[in-house]
Amino acid sequence: MAADVKAPPLREFPDVPPALVPDAMAGAKPYVASDKIQQAIGFPGELTEGWEGRALGRMGELLDRYRSLRVYLDSCVHCGACADKCHYFLGTQDPKNMPVARQELMRSVYRRYFTLPGKLFPRLVGARDLTKDVLDEWYTYYHQCSECRRCSVFCPYGIDTAEVTMAAREIMAAVGMGQKYSNEIIGKVHRIGNNLGLPGPALADTLTGLEEDTLEETGASVRFPLDEAGAEVLLVTPSADFFAEPHVESLIGYAKVFHAAGIRWTLSTKASEAGNFGLFIGNYDQLRRIALRIREAALELGVKRIVVGECGHAWRVAYSFWNTLAGIGAGGDDPFARALQSQLDSRYRQPMHICELTWDLIRRGALTLDPEANDHRVVTFHDSCNVARGSGMGDHPGGQFTIPRDIVRAVANRYVEMDPGTTLERTFCCGGGGGLLTDELLDLRVKGALPRMEALQEVVDRHGVNFMATICAICKAQFSKVLPYYGFKMGMVGGVHQLVSTAIRLGAKQ
Amino acid sequence: MSAASILFAILFYAAGTVFVGGLAWRIRVYARTPAPLKIPTTPAPTTRGGVALRLAREVALFESLFKGGVWLWLFAWLFHAGLALVLLRHLRYFIEPVWAWLAFVVPLGVYAGFAMIAGLAGLWVRRVAVARVRYISTPSDHLMLALLVAIGLSGFAMRFLVHTDVVAVKAFFLGLMRLDPQPLPADPLLYLHLALVAALMLVFPFSKLLHAPGLFFSPSRNQPDDSRERRHQAAWAAPLDGRN
Repeated sequence: MAADVKAPPLREFPDVPPALVPDAMAGAKPYVASDKIQQAIGFPGELTEGWEGRALGRMGELLDRYRSLRVYLDSCVHCGACADKCHYFLGTQDPKNMPVARQELMRSVYRRYFTLPGKLFPRLVGARDLTKDVLDEWYTYYHQCSECRRCSVFCPYGIDTAEVTMAAREIMAAVGMGQKYSNEIIGKVHRIGNNLGLPGPALADTLTGLEEDTLEETGASVRFPLDEAGAEVLLVTPSADFFAEPHVESLIGYAKVFHAAGIRWTLSTKASEAGNFGLFIGNYDQLRRIALRIREAALELGVKRIVVGECGHAWRVAYSFWNTLAGIGAGGDDPFARALQSQLDSRYRQPMHICELTWDLIRRGALTLDPEANDHRVVTFHDSCNVARGSGMGDHPGGQFTIPRDIVRAVANRYVEMDPGTTLERTFCCGGGGGLLTDELLDLRVKGALPRMEALQEVVDRHGVNFMATICAICKAQFSKVLPYYGFKMGMVGGVHQLVSTAIRLGAKQ
Repeated sequence: MSAASILFAILFYAAGTVFVGGLAWRIRVYARTPAPLKIPTTPAPTTRGGVALRLAREVALFESLFKGGVWLWLFAWLFHAGLALVLLRHLRYFIEPVWAWLAFVVPLGVYAGFAMIAGLAGLWVRRVAVARVRYISTPSDHLMLALLVAIGLSGFAMRFLVHTDVVAVKAFFLGLMRLDPQPLPADPLLYLHLALVAALMLVFPFSKLLHAPGLFFSPSRNQPDDSRERRHQAAWAAPLDGRN
């Protein structure tokens, strides 16, 4: 597979939208989940007789449950504002990767079965029957969307293709055509506690090893505590942070920050994963169950604060959904929410992003930093889609942009921005988000990274950038994999707390 | 009274009923469908007042569309702003005596008509000339543009080429409103213009024209970004609390 993967040539940046190449990506689809994987998380094992009726039934339920889906399927006027905004379209040129065309795959079926004109004049309004071919097309193209919401920024009605993609995936899983990568991981998070399937004892070993390494490197006995009841902070972080490169460098960074600030913290075996792939498959029940693990761990450990590590979609789920799903937040006046909210320290935002915590400490002068230690790096910052467009930080809109940048500027002297058309709310997805970070989709992932690579190339040429900081585990894994296809070093990508880790001085503050 | 007058009276009662009833039904569906999760496209306002401002900017200025592309924004805004003024100009057929401020707007409506047609033309050219937009266009997209252009042109034709008896037209519509139908001038252009407008009213609640109410119900635009401060729950999701 990897042998035929080729990166498209970088274009002069910024560029005009590319020409259409119909069906360019018709062959790119992820593996379908086996019956075992499906059944482990409560979905039917395979597509069986009568699936059409069940799919439409599920679609009807979703239309009644999600105002977003109902309004978005009705409102599109085919204006095309979104058409050239999707990184997968820009990278693959397949017209079905234009957000409006992707939505249309479901909207055509919606119109056929749920609207009067579609029932009366299907051809006139572009309505079509739900057939196996249509379902296969859904499977292909709803797995070429990373649910990054970039299109929703430009839509005059705020239509968010991610909502449509999630609904399509939910319907497919519900009729026995789930995606192997995401559903297998959801099974693991329930069975073992994290997406990577790292069992408790292995996790404990890894953390002990990190303590030894950090002691050797810094001379300070920085702790990496696990399951310590009575700690003030429960840190929930993507499991990739425990051993993947460059992720682990950020984990070391968080530990150093806690150490320097004298905050008692702990990780949890039960909640050893911030990621929540329930979001990717659009399944409310899974989204909720996975979120409840965090609640349970927080209640068991008696922590006062819940802090989330560098993970994009996890932060969206934590920031936007945890209060709804698991009562982690504030303002709940029902017994379920109060049980946890009365335990948490209301002087702090709950949940809190590790960047909010670190920036607060930096601002108060509680950390000793030596930004010169990062002088070998020329840093730029890649906004991760779920953080940028699906969450916030701090107490004002846009804090999710300023806080990570403020940290980077505090710990590194040489910092430059990429093209403004590719950052902040307009940031391009890394190309591997939304449940697509799987090897069989590598070709799609490489092509989807194109717009970000073009913007990166520009600052590399102009400013000699050699480090792209980001706060997302998927971005880090995806870029580590695809950077070499574009002639960059894979070590160019790393976490914000990796930079903090380099600059922070431990021991007594002078 | 002519058969045509009676026919148009019936047509407008029917079109009015379908338009108002259909739209009310659609709005009811939107309003009653819960939004279980907080999904504003961020950065988003943190208060309801901020959300009202965000929506006002979307409605009046097409803020998001402007970010999407200046040409598309220009054509779309010209068309909609023109249409709004043209509709105001037409209010004079339904109001007696005409309000003072409306008398001021009425002459502007003519220029607005040009803006409207120019915007529609731009949108239509885009639909044909830009490969991406051509790819996503359905026959109904073209028909909708044709309908709006035809309404505009037939209106212009009456303003500049073959004048119609506007006083009688006003009497007809005032009559409709008082449930006392009056004769309509026997003028083919007027028949065409009114039939097309009735057609637009009839398709409105069943077509993409629902983008008008849709914007106000779009969760990515109408939700404040306060998920950490306020617990948000859909009625169907609340009973799930505490269950595993």
